[in-house]
Amino acid sequence: MSVAALRGWTSIPKPSALPGFGITFGFAVTYLSLIVLIPLTVLVARAADLGLDGIWRVATTPRVLAALEVSFFISAAAALVNALFGTITAWVLVRYEFPGKRLLDAAVDLPFALPTAVAGIALAALYATNGWIGELFAPWGVKIAFTPWGILIALIFIGLPFVVRTVQPVLQDLDREVEEASATLGASRAQTVFRVVLPALLPALLTGVALAFARAVGEYGSVIFIAGNMPFVSEIAPLLIVTKLEEFDYAGAAAISTVMLAISFLALLAINGLQAFSRRRLGHA
Amino acid sequence: MRNDVLTESPIVRWTLLALAVGFLALFLVLPLLAVFAEALRRGPETFLKAFADPDTQAAIRLTLLVAAIAVPLNLVFGISAAWAVAKFEFPGKSLLVTLIDLPFSVSPVVSGLVYVLLFGAKGLLGPVMDDWDFKIIFAVPGIVLATIFVTFPFIARELIPLMQEQGTAEEEAALTLGASGFRTFLTVTLPNVRWALLYGVLLCNARAMGEFGAVSVVSGHIRGLTNTMPLQVEILYNEYDFVGAFAVATLLAGLALVTLGAKSLLEWRYGDGLARAHRH
Repeated sequence: MSVAALRGWTSIPKPSALPGFGITFGFAVTYLSLIVLIPLTVLVARAADLGLDGIWRVATTPRVLAALEVSFFISAAAALVNALFGTITAWVLVRYEFPGKRLLDAAVDLPFALPTAVAGIALAALYATNGWIGELFAPWGVKIAFTPWGILIALIFIGLPFVVRTVQPVLQDLDREVEEASATLGASRAQTVFRVVLPALLPALLTGVALAFARAVGEYGSVIFIAGNMPFVSEIAPLLIVTKLEEFDYAGAAAISTVMLAISFLALLAINGLQAFSRRRLGHA
Repeated sequence: MRNDVLTESPIVRWTLLALAVGFLALFLVLPLLAVFAEALRRGPETFLKAFADPDTQAAIRLTLLVAAIAVPLNLVFGISAAWAVAKFEFPGKSLLVTLIDLPFSVSPVVSGLVYVLLFGAKGLLGPVMDDWDFKIIFAVPGIVLATIFVTFPFIARELIPLMQEQGTAEEEAALTLGASGFRTFLTVTLPNVRWALLYGVLLCNARAMGEFGAVSVVSGHIRGLTNTMPLQVEILYNEYDFVGAFAVATLLAGLALVTLGAKSLLEWRYGDGLARAHRH
């Protein structure tokens, strides 16, 4: 949709005493179109040049298929690990008092703030066979860095804040009286937690997992340093896009990007549906 | 002891606490320590010598330049979008808000790729750029564009919910009392959102200076010319100059720590002036 059409479409805002709608709205929409919408449209158009069967052919070449598999499976595994430890972390931060709590709370956001390249080289140094953690595993013949395990470590790091930061506020706002009622009615603490509290957290948890997953699928910087980047083993889809680009295969790069965008979009849609379902069934937000 | 039924047994409590602290120590604290430990591995002199490298200095300057362009532009956009969305009713508003968040769900690599497809040698506008003899890809303008793309939503998404909560009553009062629209904005709206604005600028700046994937795709890695700090980290690391790579990384890690500290301080001290999600 062109800027002019959008403007025409919205030219009658509800009457307001405040000035400045035209210029702020106009600037915001123009800037959004120039920076985000038009470039993304060009990407999809470039992929569409290949036609659906062309995109399919690129996406199903063995190397691309292997990279997509690595990206999606390891991202899902990392999101599951974060679902467990993220919920525990949110629980501890909301429900318990202990020294250093504020510091721990602030530290959760580190993966948002630390540049991914820095995280990448730090994790690679830690988990290499001569690193602080890698050398603990080396005697057992277990290699972490430069194998798919390294990718898992990097993606857990990247996704960690998403689960904590979506579950934490919901847990904070949860009505304690429900737990009192459950206890009064004779439920044990475990029953109360697993049948009353956790179901109420489920929608937020699913959202957090979906966000962590979506972020992990597209992640590049922190992964490439620790992955080893072996085709068919530890090569992620974003890296393959860069490789295609370096070979000047623009259409191929656009095709893989479009497939990735489509699959993550579908995954998010599925999880949104699941979330709406659980909200309806459980009757709370 | 009626509270016993509302919390877990001490064993469970300690186990959960140990799990959470252990997990965060392993995945957050240790990597951060590793950055500084690796940088200082050969002693402080080697560490400091890393910053004498002219290419590293050029990378630091470029990173500052890119952030100095990208952050103000996204600031102007954030304020405009927030004013239009929060103070007015119009059809398509929720669509606009969704579209603003779009760059967050796009892979950084794809964020760079879109500009290569647009302005690259074989891109849509590549021939035009050639005619004008104006380079965007493998040059500074491309780096700026990619950085703007990935940091696009930060400021807008801090301001929109807060300004929506605040409504329009105060601005209407100022206008009734004869203030101009611009004066109303400067003296009424801006003071009301200043902490949220600062919060958004901090996050936007941290990401702008630290972005790797998108910038890496458009930069071309020309030493001393199109390398930002994260790209310089990569180059030094791939050349096995680990001390050099980690030395540059300490600057970025320091920036992350300062950002986190300032962010926590804002949430703790001025929580009322932030969007609801950040109030503790």
